[in-house]
Amino acid sequence: MENDPIIAVENLAASFGDNTVFTDVSFQVRRAEVLVVAGESGCGKSTLLKIMIGLQKPSFGRVYFQGVDIIDADEKQLNHYRRNIGVLFQSSALFSSMTIGENIALPLYEYTDLDSETIELIVRMKLGMVNLTGYENHYPSELSGGMKKRAGIARAMALDPAVLFFDELSAGLDPVTAAELDDLILRTNQALGATMIIVTHELESICKISDRIIMLDKEAGGIIAEGNPKDMKEKATDPRVRNFFLRQAPQGGASRRAI
Amino acid sequence: MKNVQDRQDCYQISHTREDSKLIIYLSGEFALGNLNAFSADIQDLLQTNGIRAIDFDLSEVSYVDSAAALAILNLQKTAASGDILSRLVNPREEIERLFGVIDQDALSHPPLKTKETRENLVFQVGENSLAIVRDLVGFITFFGELMAAITYAVLHPRSVRAKDVLFYMKRAGVDGLPIVGLISTLIGLIIAFMSFLQLRLIGANIYVPALVSFAMVKELGPIMTAILVAGRSGSAFAAEIGTMAVNEEVDALQTMGFDPVSFLAVPKITALVIVVPVLTLYADLFGILGGLLVGSIGFDMSFQTYIIQSLKAVEVFDLATSLIKAGVFAVLIAGIGCQKGFQARWGAQDVGKYTTSAVVSAIFLIVVADSFFAVIFYYLR
Repeated sequence: MENDPIIAVENLAASFGDNTVFTDVSFQVRRAEVLVVAGESGCGKSTLLKIMIGLQKPSFGRVYFQGVDIIDADEKQLNHYRRNIGVLFQSSALFSSMTIGENIALPLYEYTDLDSETIELIVRMKLGMVNLTGYENHYPSELSGGMKKRAGIARAMALDPAVLFFDELSAGLDPVTAAELDDLILRTNQALGATMIIVTHELESICKISDRIIMLDKEAGGIIAEGNPKDMKEKATDPRVRNFFLRQAPQGGASRRAI
Repeated sequence: MKNVQDRQDCYQISHTREDSKLIIYLSGEFALGNLNAFSADIQDLLQTNGIRAIDFDLSEVSYVDSAAALAILNLQKTAASGDILSRLVNPREEIERLFGVIDQDALSHPPLKTKETRENLVFQVGENSLAIVRDLVGFITFFGELMAAITYAVLHPRSVRAKDVLFYMKRAGVDGLPIVGLISTLIGLIIAFMSFLQLRLIGANIYVPALVSFAMVKELGPIMTAILVAGRSGSAFAAEIGTMAVNEEVDALQTMGFDPVSFLAVPKITALVIVVPVLTLYADLFGILGGLLVGSIGFDMSFQTYIIQSLKAVEVFDLATSLIKAGVFAVLIAGIGCQKGFQARWGAQDVGKYTTSAVVSAIFLIVVADSFFAVIFYYLR
């Protein structure tokens, strides 16, 4: 059981009308690993994430969480799945009308029968874990971008989920804050043993925190490379992978395409 | 991994006693779902008499989440307060790591900001009075900016974004036709029906068409149309600009050298000034049609008689005043909608708050303006 993949994605395809995002994506996520889904803009990273967290249906394929298909799951199974995952959205998506403490306490009040004193203590503990001690009465609008991300992580971790998803973890943050977030992710992964799936195109993060990378490509319509960051960076023969790691535009192609 | 609610029976607690030392053996899974249950079980054991020390043996614990770890640390604190020494023994490496990340200082750290509490009545009255004054100043400032923008637009008609004006004319005007027509017909129908019932008693049925057309053209047409437009379009303007303000789109406009009022408010106001008078005429017509339906179907009045009697009560002056009123109402609705939208700053709640405020303020100002018009037009006639 322990060696079974916690999430298995099989032959996933997604499209919006005539626009095909990807045609065949299959991979497995092992327990407690940090998996990074990387690729250039428009390659379907965010679509893949939305399908995996049950917000969007694929046009084909299956996603299994501990062996249970979540694509055709009924509302009850889907709710069970949602309680076992935590998601940090790109914009943090903290509820602006609630304080940071209330944001984190919300799932605890909703899904547990704990008294408010215990919940307050858990909230303080989560805030401590993300280095936001004392910020429970602040509103999201009073925090900086990096603090909002950390508060978002604390909310995603509120129920100690088995899997944490991060959409563009360090997008829009300064390098120091981004590095702090990477450290936080590593610490949290080691302490809680949660599986982490991170969608990003930030090279620094990819190399520092990931156990394994999956690289998507728009033109290939799926995964073009998979492996640990060191090998991918140093040994990749595929020019698309090498270009990504060397931060280079493909010869002629992308620059012309972009213009 | 189980759901938080599936963990009720996943744990076992046993204990042995060696003189004054209690060893509590924890085994299984400890998590949010069974936190209350296992805490109560351990709490019971802490009550045992004559205990001076406790060992929590964690060797058989297969899973513990951070909330459960926190609860165990809290139980240790409770024990310490009763002068019982306690320690965690034989934890697996990952469990020890989890206990390690719980920052004891964070748990007792006071919030950096005190919780917002309700202030006393005097303070609230003062705050709200100040808010009203601030609102008024904001409105006057915006009105000044708006007038400057409109003057510029009148002097430079090409500067008005015609595409936007047409878009909002369709949204506020064409798309509003069905509801304005329906409501006006029903209002005409109700007035006609109620007045027929009353006037019939004194044999004055013949005055019903005049009453309906007079009421519709002079008051109800402009007012009902304005209220509907405030609900449909005033709120839409506030929500649209509010969301733009929250997303920093308004700031972006400013940094690109555009005047947000000219760019966002003028097309909307121009569109409403054009369509609201047209919608008002349309509402007048449908109101009279509603009365006609009651008169001809329910009270045996001929179509011709009804129309002739209706026209007797209405003069060109009345139609003109009705259109002037509609134009002013249009400026009020669009102006308030845009002004409230610009005030939104922080997130979804602000957008909701100012959208509501836009509709309420617009309707209030429409009624106030209508009262002024009633007096002014009385003396003008």
